[in-house]
Amino acid sequence: MGKFKDSSYLLRLAALFAVGLIAFIAIRAAVIPKSFGQYGPYRGKALTEITARPLSYAGHEVCEGCHPDVYELKSKGAHAHVNCESCHGPQANHADDPGTVKPQLPDVAKLCVGCHSENIAKPASFPQVNAQEHSSRQPCNTCHKPHSPRFYGGDKK
Amino acid sequence: MNISRREILLLVPAAAIAWDFVLAGNPEAAPNYTMSEHWWGMLLDITKCIGCGSCVRACATENDVPEGYFRTWVERYHVSDWHIEAPQVDSPEGGKDGFPPSSMTGGKNFFVPKLCNHCTDSPCTQVCPVGATFHTPDGVVLVDQNYCLGCRYCVQACPYGCRYFHPTKQVADKCTLCYHRITKGLTTACCEVCPTGARQLADLKNPNDPIHAYLKTHNVQVLKPHLATGAKMFYSCLDGSVR
Repeated sequence: MGKFKDSSYLLRLAALFAVGLIAFIAIRAAVIPKSFGQYGPYRGKALTEITARPLSYAGHEVCEGCHPDVYELKSKGAHAHVNCESCHGPQANHADDPGTVKPQLPDVAKLCVGCHSENIAKPASFPQVNAQEHSSRQPCNTCHKPHSPRFYGGDKK
Repeated sequence: MNISRREILLLVPAAAIAWDFVLAGNPEAAPNYTMSEHWWGMLLDITKCIGCGSCVRACATENDVPEGYFRTWVERYHVSDWHIEAPQVDSPEGGKDGFPPSSMTGGKNFFVPKLCNHCTDSPCTQVCPVGATFHTPDGVVLVDQNYCLGCRYCVQACPYGCRYFHPTKQVADKCTLCYHRITKGLTTACCEVCPTGARQLADLKNPNDPIHAYLKTHNVQVLKPHLATGAKMFYSCLDGSVR
């Protein structure tokens, strides 16, 4: 005993250190999320949270399932590569509940010129018009069917 | 109640370990989706973009992007005949409502759609001090908004200007490549609505994806290749003046 006559001080210090270590491990375990490091140095559960976001756009495959006639008509025309929701807007709610959620018809006066108004930066091969001169302010669908937009001279069918 | 010091020392770590499991929940990816089988990128064809802004509007709707901020936007370039290193670029409201007729004449004029490049070696994830922004195993750069401190380092680090500070959530925000859609087998909102097919989502790990044939036969470039960010937004027929 003579050699370490103040050993009780050392023991107290060691006990304090041990308590600190346990507290550190406990706090660390509590504050680091369980999924941290699942895929890398980040919270793996964040991926689940991000994938859980609801859809606004249903996707054209869903539309084509219920509207094969429109798909048929569109796939033969110049708008074959234009997906439904490009003009009709986000329709996931309509796809989930077609009975109650009814889509609004797009306003052709704004819709068509959104793509087809003249602009120097558009590819030259893209069909562009000066809306004022082209149709003397008549709605585009007076002469063009939006789903198959070649000129058809006013027959509204 | 009488709890001895010894009991407290035993109970506190036990409670801490139990709390850990309470917090964690059960992490799982979307069903029928294996992250290791995908590596996402996008093909953007400059010769097809008409600057209609459909992508910008669709992105804002799909992802609740706040007014005045953009996860994707469209730029209009005007490169004069002789001063090719100094293009004139405009992007009114990110091109959300299309572009007014240009006052420019002559030269070269084209649209460039932009979004997060989902870089393989991204500068933005490297600077995050807390691990709130990261690469997923399928090659998408995401932000964990529950973990982000809002220090804005990543907003500054992105060489493409693709991040913004969300004005109400007070965290960094950016394009997720519609991660909630692509993990369900859908394409991104911007690709879904693009009327000319100027944007196409590409899965580089899928051998049947048309991107592979396209990359072999077309002139394709990424933005700022000298930064070696490993960008995965492949621009077809990109003009050298685009930054």
